[in-house]
Amino acid sequence: MRGASRARQPLGTQNRTLWFWVFVGPFALGLVLFTYVPLAWSVYLSFFDAHNTVSPTEFVGLDNYTSMLRNDAFTDSLVTFAVFSAFIVPTTFVLSLALALMVNRTRRAQAFFRSVFFLPAACSYVVAALIWKLSIFNGVRFGLANTVLGWFGAEQVAWLSTTQPPWYWLVIVTVRLWLQAGFYMILFLAGLQRISPTLYEAAAVDGARPGWQVLRHITLPQLRATSVAVTLLLVINAFQAFDEFYNLLSDSRGYPPYARPPLVYLYYTALGQGQNLGLGSAGAVLLALIIAVVTVGQARWFGLGRKED
Amino acid sequence: MTISRRTLLATGAALGLFTACGSITGRGGGGSGGDGPRLAQWYHQYGEAGTEQAVKRYAAAYEKADVAVQWRPGNYDEQTAAALLTDSGPDVFEVNGPSLDQIQGGQVVDLTDLFEGVRDDFNPAVLAPKTYDGRIWAVPQVVDMQLLYYRRSLLDDAGVRPPRSLDELVDAAKALTTKDVKGLFLGNDGGAGALGITPLYAAGLSCVTKDGEVGFDDPAAARALGKLRQLYADKSLLLGAPADWSDPSAFTQELTAMQWCGLWALPAVKKELGDDFGVLALPADGPGGRPALPVGAYGAAVSARSDHKKEAKDFLKWLWIDKEEYQEDFALSYGFHIPARLSLAKKADKLKEGPAADAVRFSTEYGYAEPLLWTPASRTAYQDALSRIIKSGANAESELKTVVREVRAELARVKKKS
Repeated sequence: MRGASRARQPLGTQNRTLWFWVFVGPFALGLVLFTYVPLAWSVYLSFFDAHNTVSPTEFVGLDNYTSMLRNDAFTDSLVTFAVFSAFIVPTTFVLSLALALMVNRTRRAQAFFRSVFFLPAACSYVVAALIWKLSIFNGVRFGLANTVLGWFGAEQVAWLSTTQPPWYWLVIVTVRLWLQAGFYMILFLAGLQRISPTLYEAAAVDGARPGWQVLRHITLPQLRATSVAVTLLLVINAFQAFDEFYNLLSDSRGYPPYARPPLVYLYYTALGQGQNLGLGSAGAVLLALIIAVVTVGQARWFGLGRKED
Repeated sequence: MTISRRTLLATGAALGLFTACGSITGRGGGGSGGDGPRLAQWYHQYGEAGTEQAVKRYAAAYEKADVAVQWRPGNYDEQTAAALLTDSGPDVFEVNGPSLDQIQGGQVVDLTDLFEGVRDDFNPAVLAPKTYDGRIWAVPQVVDMQLLYYRRSLLDDAGVRPPRSLDELVDAAKALTTKDVKGLFLGNDGGAGALGITPLYAAGLSCVTKDGEVGFDDPAAARALGKLRQLYADKSLLLGAPADWSDPSAFTQELTAMQWCGLWALPAVKKELGDDFGVLALPADGPGGRPALPVGAYGAAVSARSDHKKEAKDFLKWLWIDKEEYQEDFALSYGFHIPARLSLAKKADKLKEGPAADAVRFSTEYGYAEPLLWTPASRTAYQDALSRIIKSGANAESELKTVVREVRAELARVKKKS
């Protein structure tokens, strides 16, 4: 009977496991080889004195962790992250939501406006950072921003080279805002299109005024799940900031101590000329733990994953 | 024969895997075609036109090995540091060092025997940082130096003489600053990176003494660095130039009257400004000070992971010790450098007159080379402090106290390994 039952199995399901591994296997292997093995190796390195080597022999216990936590440069980089996310998360959220609401209401050339606002998301962070640095916000009289200031008789500003006032934040935040607002606009647009028009009709029948009242009592509550996801993504992206900071502020001799986010700091510790792979790995592990704690804490605070979501 | 979708998919996947696995060695095509083993030789990307073709020509002329030159743009020092950890790195490579950690970590091959009979002909200032424990770890290719360019006509118009002290430099930069032209360009970071430790030497100090101790635990260091802050506070410094200090554009485009730059820029400056410029070392500061400028050299080294270490050493000796005509060509035909061999530097006509002759004289009278014990960790701690002093007005004495502590710890670490 067993043999008969096997014979009746439809062709294709016989080797389901084989085909599963044919398609998933290469990617799983890549994930293990290029993500999990380096991750485990990095944790291993963090307990060793590993200058210019990935096969260290001198075990130092938690020394790398304690020196990283006592290092002002590392703690300053966390402060830089906090300041950066305090700027970038709310501004991107508000701007992308505003763009989504605007594009959603537009009746003419909707596709055109969506494309226009989304296109910067396709631009490389490196290219955008260099345009900002060399053309718009350079510190000489023919930079675009300084030319505009010159029309009003104002002095030239060295945007990326002054710390008092810290104009470099304006450059850093605007480049990322330009690059990512369009992407989050698309997420909000998807959320907006899921809201049933009957809710707005019912609100109109009940006398709700269009505009702020409808936005506050209908649109924003209905966008809650999207808003939570967008906020989480924005915070994680802020933690991963590297490209625009590095390309805006580094030069051939290094990187200034201000506006040095954690990844830039760890890059210079582990992969720059320092090549202190043990210390850098300890920093990477600490940073991963911080990101995990912040993300889980944020998700619990927003109630992400609860049944009503 | 019909090919099913599954056969096609399987063949494609297999081909993809073979392609992905094949030849990822960093020793790709483009070899010179000489007999013997294939050697990968790495250079950082030079700005001067013709240099790449020149080094490929030298490699092609070598007959005992098939030398494949890789011309690598981007962050070269980081690329080589990472490549030296793997088996796919270069056999012979240009290095801005090697660093003490690279030597102590056994990443480069001892080249002392190549210098037999010619050691005294190499400029001692640039050979010293390639020497550790009496052994030599790289062959200096050319001598590079940094110096202060000034525009004669702008100084004359402002009634300013070429500065002979740091105080005079501060005053001159202020006097030369107008609405459109700044007095001085030390790099977009205000000098923390480009000047680095040079002000310590101008104050008669050093970063690390010959005995391997901290060389700037002295009030004169804070005094000298405070003058860089003064330049910034006076708004005499050009900041935010599209091209940084290593490019002479800001100077030749009249964005600044004086600029800290390299000897390599001299032909470009001469082409734009003719004789309307002069060069200086960073002026002295205080009674114990003397003018100072950094000299250094990219060196050619052999990777300890190379499968052909002997052949790589033979090639390196042929190119950077025996073939004097190539060394002269490399130093003087493209950018502008001083040959690392004293005998070649002496007979180079291009170095015998004008600002070039001044530069050569300064390099021997005032030049200092960054010692091996000044490790990247010490350099970063010092540069961060200098940046805070210049841009944020941080107290120089307390900042330097912290750096002295960090450098002492770093010196103790590297000494423990030796």
